[in-house]
Amino acid sequence: MKQAVKISDNVISPLGIGTSENFLAIKDGKSALRLHSGAERDIPEDFCASIIDEDSLKEEYLKAGIPEDGYTPFEKRLMLSVSLALHGTGIDPSSDKVLFIISSTKGNVDLLHTEDPAGREYPGYSAKRVASFFGNPVPPVTVSNACISGLSAQINAVRELETGHFDTVIVTGGDIQSRFIVSGFQSFKALSKEPCKPFDAKRDGLNPGEAAATVIYSWKEPQKGDWVAVKGAIRNDANHISGPSRTGEGSFRALMAVLGDADRSDLAFVNVHGTATLYNDEMESIALSRAGLSEVPVNGYKGYYGHTMGAAGIMESVLSMKAVEEGVIIGMRGYSECGVSAPLNISADNRPASGTSFVKLLSGFGGCNAAMLFRKV
Amino acid sequence: MKYSSSVRVTPSGIVLNEKRLAFASSGEDLLVEAYRKQIGDWPKFFKMDPLSKAGFVSSELLLSSEEPRKHDCEDRAVILYNRSGSLADDRIYEGTIRSKEEFYPSPAVFVYTLPNILTGEIAIRNKYYGETSFSVLEEFDPTTMIHGLESAFLDPMTASAIFGWVECGSEDDFDVCLFLVHKEGEGLKDFDEKEFLRIWKI
Repeated sequence: MKQAVKISDNVISPLGIGTSENFLAIKDGKSALRLHSGAERDIPEDFCASIIDEDSLKEEYLKAGIPEDGYTPFEKRLMLSVSLALHGTGIDPSSDKVLFIISSTKGNVDLLHTEDPAGREYPGYSAKRVASFFGNPVPPVTVSNACISGLSAQINAVRELETGHFDTVIVTGGDIQSRFIVSGFQSFKALSKEPCKPFDAKRDGLNPGEAAATVIYSWKEPQKGDWVAVKGAIRNDANHISGPSRTGEGSFRALMAVLGDADRSDLAFVNVHGTATLYNDEMESIALSRAGLSEVPVNGYKGYYGHTMGAAGIMESVLSMKAVEEGVIIGMRGYSECGVSAPLNISADNRPASGTSFVKLLSGFGGCNAAMLFRKV
Repeated sequence: MKYSSSVRVTPSGIVLNEKRLAFASSGEDLLVEAYRKQIGDWPKFFKMDPLSKAGFVSSELLLSSEEPRKHDCEDRAVILYNRSGSLADDRIYEGTIRSKEEFYPSPAVFVYTLPNILTGEIAIRNKYYGETSFSVLEEFDPTTMIHGLESAFLDPMTASAIFGWVECGSEDDFDVCLFLVHKEGEGLKDFDEKEFLRIWKI
């Protein structure tokens, strides 16, 4: 039976260029979270974040044939990530059977601060430039579902393959932690001044993060060792535009839509959103508990990368695939004492993983929640 | 796919199920007038950003002829598209942080700097627990949108969807074309790209 088979992936973050380099870094417990000066960005408060040094990518851009001028850092990072993911796959990105889906919460919004954004503030125009760089003729779709965008994009990708609209879908995403986003989260009092502590009793907020990540799916018969995006679901809390449901309603329903009453014994772990805000982690613990997943190991990567927004769903999915392949559950960095009302199976240290599948979970503003099941054949 | 109702909302008027509704005002005032005359029981409307105002009023009109009106369900999705994302509110928020001297970032403005807040507003109003999704395109493109809708119906839970285009550049600049689409339904009109374009051109 044909399924959505992962062909390739890529992660670009302050911890490295490439999925393997990133995986090895977090396996070693390295974190990209640092204190950054607010004054440098005309923001009153300092903030703890994971920020890519744009200059460090110059050489990579050159190697990938990405021009220094004419594209914004947001566009260049996505282009580099796609370019590295495509390398060696034999996929022709200029085919009209290839679709680009972009996952970003704010794209080039930082350009609003400049005198003339020249149309680049429009997410669709920016996406078109990225797809056109690869000669792709199909109108790209930019998924804009807040923090679930990276899963939302992958769910759409699987469906576009299943309907036969396309043979291959290139999902790429990222965000730049501009003054716009950082000041907004500060106004919400959602940021921690220290590296975040997901699910911990002392957690006090999230850290913004920058990354670009890509995953490519094709519709084909999976071979042994292939990764399959089995099933995904998006559900709404129907409760509040910025606060999660107290019953974890949407997240619970998304989990149930994906797992149903199926046997969970093959799940190596659930990779949660785990932003380390009071409400998100509490909500996720309730949703997981209601879905009967209290015993399944739970982990998250925000303690290494912060919240990378448009990249999160893609990056955290492909890093989790790598972890299952290596038989390890990456520890929940920053966690030490349970701080949620529904206890879960969490460890700050790496643990051995058993099983060939995992669930990725995300939630975001607008009451949206997404769950997706991945399995290694 | 079938559809049971359509609505077309622009600053110059509102066409519901192919019939022009009589309103005195235009632009932003048109949305307020439509809210007062046809909705009236959701004061949160006044706190919404321009995109959500336009999309919320449109969705309410679209659903006004549904009998009985669906409430508290998981089988209805909200699948929306536009060109500007949340730029109308993004520009307002940017205005609050423009200079270091006049720096007043407001969480109430910031929260609307995501277009999927609108899909959330519609879900909250109707207690829709189903799929909500917002995507941005370079331009109005019915082929891509219908692909997306067909794809959304692959979720076995989803039986109907509020679907369409909700563009908003600023308070007075909006362009909405919404449909209540059903995966199947006896006696309902067929929904396809041609029908989408026919209503769009009204």
